[in-house]
Amino acid sequence: MEQLIQGNEACALGAVRAGCSFFAGYPISPSSEIMEWMARLLPARGGVFVQMEDELASMGAVIGASWTGAKAMTATSGPGFSLMQEHIGYAAMTETPCVIVDSQRVGPSTGMPTMPAQGDVMQARWGSHGDRPALVLTASSVRDTYWMTVEAFNLAETYRLPVVLLLDATLSHMRENIELPELEVLTRARPRSLEGFSPFGSPEFLPFGSGARFMVTGLAHDESGRERASNGGAGERLLRRAFERLRDGEPRITHTRRHQLDDAALVFISYGITARAARAAVQELRREGVRAGLLELLTLWPFPERLVGAVARHADAIVVPELNLGQVALLVRAHAGGTPVVPLGRADGSLLQPGEIAQSGRDALGLVESAR
Amino acid sequence: MRRGEDLRAYLREEAMPNVWCPGCGHGNAMTALARAFEMAQLDLDDVVVVGGIGCASRMPFFLDANTMHTTHGRALAFATGIKLARPELTVLAVMGDGDALAIGGNHLIHACRRNIDLTALILNNGIYGMTGGQAAPTTPQGFRSTTSMLGSIEAPFDAVELALAAGATYVARTTTFDFDEMPRMIEAALRHPGFALVEVVSQCPTYFGRLNRLGQGRALLDYEKDMTEPLEVASREQLVGKLPIGVFREEVRPEYTRRYAALCERARRGGGG
Repeated sequence: MEQLIQGNEACALGAVRAGCSFFAGYPISPSSEIMEWMARLLPARGGVFVQMEDELASMGAVIGASWTGAKAMTATSGPGFSLMQEHIGYAAMTETPCVIVDSQRVGPSTGMPTMPAQGDVMQARWGSHGDRPALVLTASSVRDTYWMTVEAFNLAETYRLPVVLLLDATLSHMRENIELPELEVLTRARPRSLEGFSPFGSPEFLPFGSGARFMVTGLAHDESGRERASNGGAGERLLRRAFERLRDGEPRITHTRRHQLDDAALVFISYGITARAARAAVQELRREGVRAGLLELLTLWPFPERLVGAVARHADAIVVPELNLGQVALLVRAHAGGTPVVPLGRADGSLLQPGEIAQSGRDALGLVESAR
Repeated sequence: MRRGEDLRAYLREEAMPNVWCPGCGHGNAMTALARAFEMAQLDLDDVVVVGGIGCASRMPFFLDANTMHTTHGRALAFATGIKLARPELTVLAVMGDGDALAIGGNHLIHACRRNIDLTALILNNGIYGMTGGQAAPTTPQGFRSTTSMLGSIEAPFDAVELALAAGATYVARTTTFDFDEMPRMIEAALRHPGFALVEVVSQCPTYFGRLNRLGQGRALLDYEKDMTEPLEVASREQLVGKLPIGVFREEVRPEYTRRYAALCERARRGGGG
């Protein structure tokens, strides 16, 4: 059955579908409807909804709830996402599964609170201090939003990490007529016995109150949870293991869409709401006989660098349309070999239009041509 | 510890020695907490102890419960999530004064306001110990710290007054000198069905004592005794210039997780959503 659903509503429905039983948040545009929906959906399902005093508290409560075994999430936007960074790092350090939805608006600072942006791609990866593995997803439609919310929980549960889902103000607030897909739901593994069980460094998770009384700390620690803050490499060992798990899981983690890429000389690499306009630009250029194609990224981190490299090898030029001043373009450039990479960015609160994306494609091909 | 008393069942011996300096009061407070666990007959499998960051917040490392060492100031936020998700667990937050009253002040007043069934144990030594003796929001006016060597010019917070105003339903203050009172108050706080706050005036010989020429641990315990006056028995005159200790409030008001459970029941019956 098709339903007319708003992006933020689809996110809340996806969370409930994934088994989310705990939501803590603080109101902020343009994400607030997610929390409003969770406030409506969770109590009747026996889940917990709580409106906290700020975003630091929201993220703290989410992590606490996750340590009781709950699938827990929060939703926010730019300024709130900035406030959550310390606790996102804590969740990574303590291998705590949880989901953070960031509906992006124009920054920095208060910026343009109701206008779309894609300026948090780097923050979602590097926003907290230190090195850490990161899982970041995005979406370009209301249906994707539902799917990617479920996927965010599945990845969080599988890899014991905080997973960030990047939406934007337009996607959050637009409505599309969709049928909710049937999706697989994964839940964190539990150890079969307490015998020889290590609370860290393994996908197996034991919540508080299950008889193994261990320590959870943001200090560097070993597999047993004992702090190792001033000696040895235990902290780095666990960190490297978490990175390895992501590397091994890459085929499972990396979601992309290929659109007319097979013979493409001009490749757009885009994501989120901008990928929709890029798809229209590809159609426009194809009608003119330009061999254009689109690689749409749904997984932003770990960045699908090998895939980008492979696409770049067959392209004459790459254009990266995005609603920031060149964040994913920087990554594409790092992995594109000798293929010219042209950023097409804006951060003025308006969307990139298919016509201007197509034009930047023509310009990029022209530049390549004149360089020959 | 009392002669013959064995509280080792509540402690993680493998995590010892603890991090506290000789003469620090926090070990006394931990012993009092262990005794309170025993008095309340709690099974530590069902107890979660959450700390923030700082000297006091290291306590979870040495207790054999479900333990969590979180971020500076945010212990109560984590504790709130744990308690809401698993209300049957006993959840306790151990914090220092900078932890609870400076960086964590917002979480403290809102936990009080919600009257959620948590116990907050604030070990107040009037200074930042772990970072080297800087002024805290509890440093008394005129007292020295490494960031107020000419004497603090700020008015200190009173954790008890703050908790009372914010809506906590069990509020008590004791000192590490009052070694019999301390476990009784913590036990009462653990049993209390609502937000309970116990402020323990503790001593920091390394910074507070040294910088203010008040001496070492023993002298600081005498100082605690001299500066405090029991609320129940002291006359108005005796309380002048002293810090009152005792139970300031103990009353039962609607508690947050029970209210939430009732709300879920209403929602299930079709009361909303």
